[in-house]
Amino acid sequence: MSLVERLTAAKQAHDFQALVDLIPYAKFLGLSAALEGDELITTMRYGEHLIGNPALPALHGGTLGALLESAAIFQLLWNADTIVLPKTITLTVDYLRSGAPVDTHARGIVTRHGRRVTNVRMEAWQTDRGTPVATAHAIFLVMRS
Amino acid sequence: MSDAEDERHQLKLKLVRGFSANVPHNKALGMRILEITQGEALFMLPYDEKLVGNPDTGVLHGGAITALLDGASGAAVFAALTDFVPIATLDLRIDYLRPAEPGQAVHARATCYKLARDVAFTRAVAYHEDPNDPIAHSVGTFMLSTPTVRT
Repeated sequence: MSLVERLTAAKQAHDFQALVDLIPYAKFLGLSAALEGDELITTMRYGEHLIGNPALPALHGGTLGALLESAAIFQLLWNADTIVLPKTITLTVDYLRSGAPVDTHARGIVTRHGRRVTNVRMEAWQTDRGTPVATAHAIFLVMRS
Repeated sequence: MSDAEDERHQLKLKLVRGFSANVPHNKALGMRILEITQGEALFMLPYDEKLVGNPDTGVLHGGAITALLDGASGAAVFAALTDFVPIATLDLRIDYLRPAEPGQAVHARATCYKLARDVAFTRAVAYHEDPNDPIAHSVGTFMLSTPTVRT
């Protein structure tokens, strides 16, 4: 089965984790995704390999960027009528505070879903949702293949 | 530059190299630091199946490129500073220009092109072999912390 077919199957079965597990890099980061109410929340489980600054310690900026980008992609896969793997055109991450060595959660909000291009903004938080560690916005190419 | 200054300068660049090489996430990704010169860093990310974003094509996940560009940009800032002060990424924008080729290593060359009193500005390019055929381009800003004064 191709990735798209497996994505469709996972979506129909409401088994989002099966979808996440298809992506090697998501596994490497320790990502999981689950519906909480109407919201799809992507979580990055803390691991020592995610550290960027051992002195603080703090998460590597790249891991937060990857989590935010993944949260947006999962949200798009969940929402989209036709499943295509969205291609990131541009991603901008604002780092608001240093990421503590704990689990980090993220969600993506689709601000415009166009025919070829879609805009998403994302936020990531740790213990308190009201104080995000990073926010981002991204533009994806979703043109039907 | 006097000999003593030059020696100090070389030592600083060596420190930056050692510091970047010891970042746990850089190590986990398999990142290698190829070059650290004044205000510049050249990193390399070998191809690894665990970093794949699309198992059908074997193309690396954008997140791995993000981490590479972020790491190289931070090292370029350290390489531009006279004194070793903590830095924090304020923002990073990445434009993905084309997919990385499966099986090929990715290089990232970052430059700290402006060092202001409180903020450093960077740009970086990710590519396979030819910097003129880039995979991704990034610009970033970093906050410079003042060293903590201990009394």
